[in-house]
Amino acid sequence: MGILFFVFIVAFPFYWMIVSSLRPLEEILMNPANLGLDIHKIDLSAYYDVLFDHGFVRYILNSLYVSIITAALSVALSTVGGYAVTRLRFRGQSFMSYSILIIYMFPAIVLVIPLYVIFSHMGLRDSINVLILVYLAQTLPVALYMLRSYFKTLPLEMENAGLIDGCTRFGVIWRIIIPLSAPALASVALYTFMIAWNEFLFAFMFLDTPDKFTLSRGVVQMAGSIHLSKQLVMAASVLITLPILFLFLFFERYLVRGMTSGAMKG
Amino acid sequence: MTVSNKHHRDSRLAFWMLAPTFAVVLAFVVFPVIWNIWISLKPVSLADLRGDSLFQFNLGLENFQKVFSDPDFATVLLTTLVYTIGGSLLSILLGLMAALLVHAEFRGRALLRGLFIAPYIAPVVAVTFTWSFILDPQLGVFNRFAVDHGLLSQPIPFLSQRWFNLDIMGVGFRFPLALTSVILFEGWRYFPFAFLFILARLQAMPDEFYNAASVDGATPFQRFFHITLPQLTTVLSTLFLFRFIWTFNKFDDIFLLTRGQAGTKVLPLNVYDYAFGQFNIGASSATAMVLFGILALFIFVYFRWGLKIEN
Repeated sequence: MGILFFVFIVAFPFYWMIVSSLRPLEEILMNPANLGLDIHKIDLSAYYDVLFDHGFVRYILNSLYVSIITAALSVALSTVGGYAVTRLRFRGQSFMSYSILIIYMFPAIVLVIPLYVIFSHMGLRDSINVLILVYLAQTLPVALYMLRSYFKTLPLEMENAGLIDGCTRFGVIWRIIIPLSAPALASVALYTFMIAWNEFLFAFMFLDTPDKFTLSRGVVQMAGSIHLSKQLVMAASVLITLPILFLFLFFERYLVRGMTSGAMKG
Repeated sequence: MTVSNKHHRDSRLAFWMLAPTFAVVLAFVVFPVIWNIWISLKPVSLADLRGDSLFQFNLGLENFQKVFSDPDFATVLLTTLVYTIGGSLLSILLGLMAALLVHAEFRGRALLRGLFIAPYIAPVVAVTFTWSFILDPQLGVFNRFAVDHGLLSQPIPFLSQRWFNLDIMGVGFRFPLALTSVILFEGWRYFPFAFLFILARLQAMPDEFYNAASVDGATPFQRFFHITLPQLTTVLSTLFLFRFIWTFNKFDDIFLLTRGQAGTKVLPLNVYDYAFGQFNIGASSATAMVLFGILALFIFVYFRWGLKIEN
């Protein structure tokens, strides 16, 4: 009984999102309480409209660009940084680890106005690459934290052997650390991708030019026009949700691991 | 090579390895926080952003005066607290229920665990639009279904009506409808977070506890209150800390569901409204400072007098 309740409240909105995106407008207006979907009346026109008339092809490409670059840079920088924090001795080591956690607590709503002001002043605000840097600042501390705890569990013997054999530190990272940490790196990549893909506040505040919109920004822009059919909004919602649900179907294990190690905030 | 020489070289290498991360965080987290203090003490309007007046030394407390003397400030603060505490508690309660249900061994458990995470990882834009559509008074499936089947006499505007009058056995009272709706949304969207942590804790608990209690004839309720719950206090209080902090400064969900209308205006929405509704960047920054201050105070109180935190 309880299980059914949870399955229903979790699955129904997603079901409804998909069904409504496939249902012609008249059907939504005439018969809003029809829970099923008539297979003979499936209507894909909303997807066509959203993709080609409302510029979503562009938004998808922008979102992919932002999310992939953010994920790649996050993984690369936090691998190197995580190695430094766990394997090298230097002054301020514990300060570094501590400040990571404090930075994790800084809310985006406190950062967005001052960043808006300075970027506007410098003429940098409406830029997709600046947005990537902001996302990096949001994801890097957590990525570093996750990898740090993972690297600590790796055995030192192989690395020491590598160093004695004349590997450089970067050689050790490339040949030993990275292959051994594949699952943790996958977790970090997935999470940073997802955070960048889903992010709304900064994209909404910073981007003005439709050519630069990410999907989140584009959906909100489109839904803002008054006489818009719900079918289009739902089709757009499906487009933004689908890639995330796919990632999540294939990599659930990494996602659960990442989440319980604190990858997402919010 | 001497030891101190190697140490020196390690330090230098570590510095360069951490430099990019450090630079990004310094520029996009630490600097804005300090810069925000500066702006919050100056008269800055949205039109001033291009000019040099941003750097003029004309500091004062006018913005804070404006924020605190706003007649709605107390209401907004109260709404923020109700939303934060309500949303946090509900998401944890639902997470606890889901975890207890999924904890028992059965086929398809892994699948359910996966399904239950969906609300948390789906893009906020998509789920808020879907829920607004479902709850819409005219086209929404919830209201139409309920009215058609005689469950409701008329549609309820869940997200656009401030008060809802209830009449139970002649006693009328009213409750904040839109605020309740966004709190329910919070519970729906964030229960997976609590669910995963509680489930992990449950699965780490030894079975012997339960077996012993069952042999002693404990009822399921007794087992829950005397065995399970005491084992969960740490994870529950940690979850509350995190959920409180994150819900307190949450902007996206309410902005996308109600725009802060119908009695759902919370402090983060005020940050936005000052800046882009009244074009007053200074007051917006000051509101962000107030929000940050309350959060810092909460964290301080929590660690000073609250429960101990798991690492």
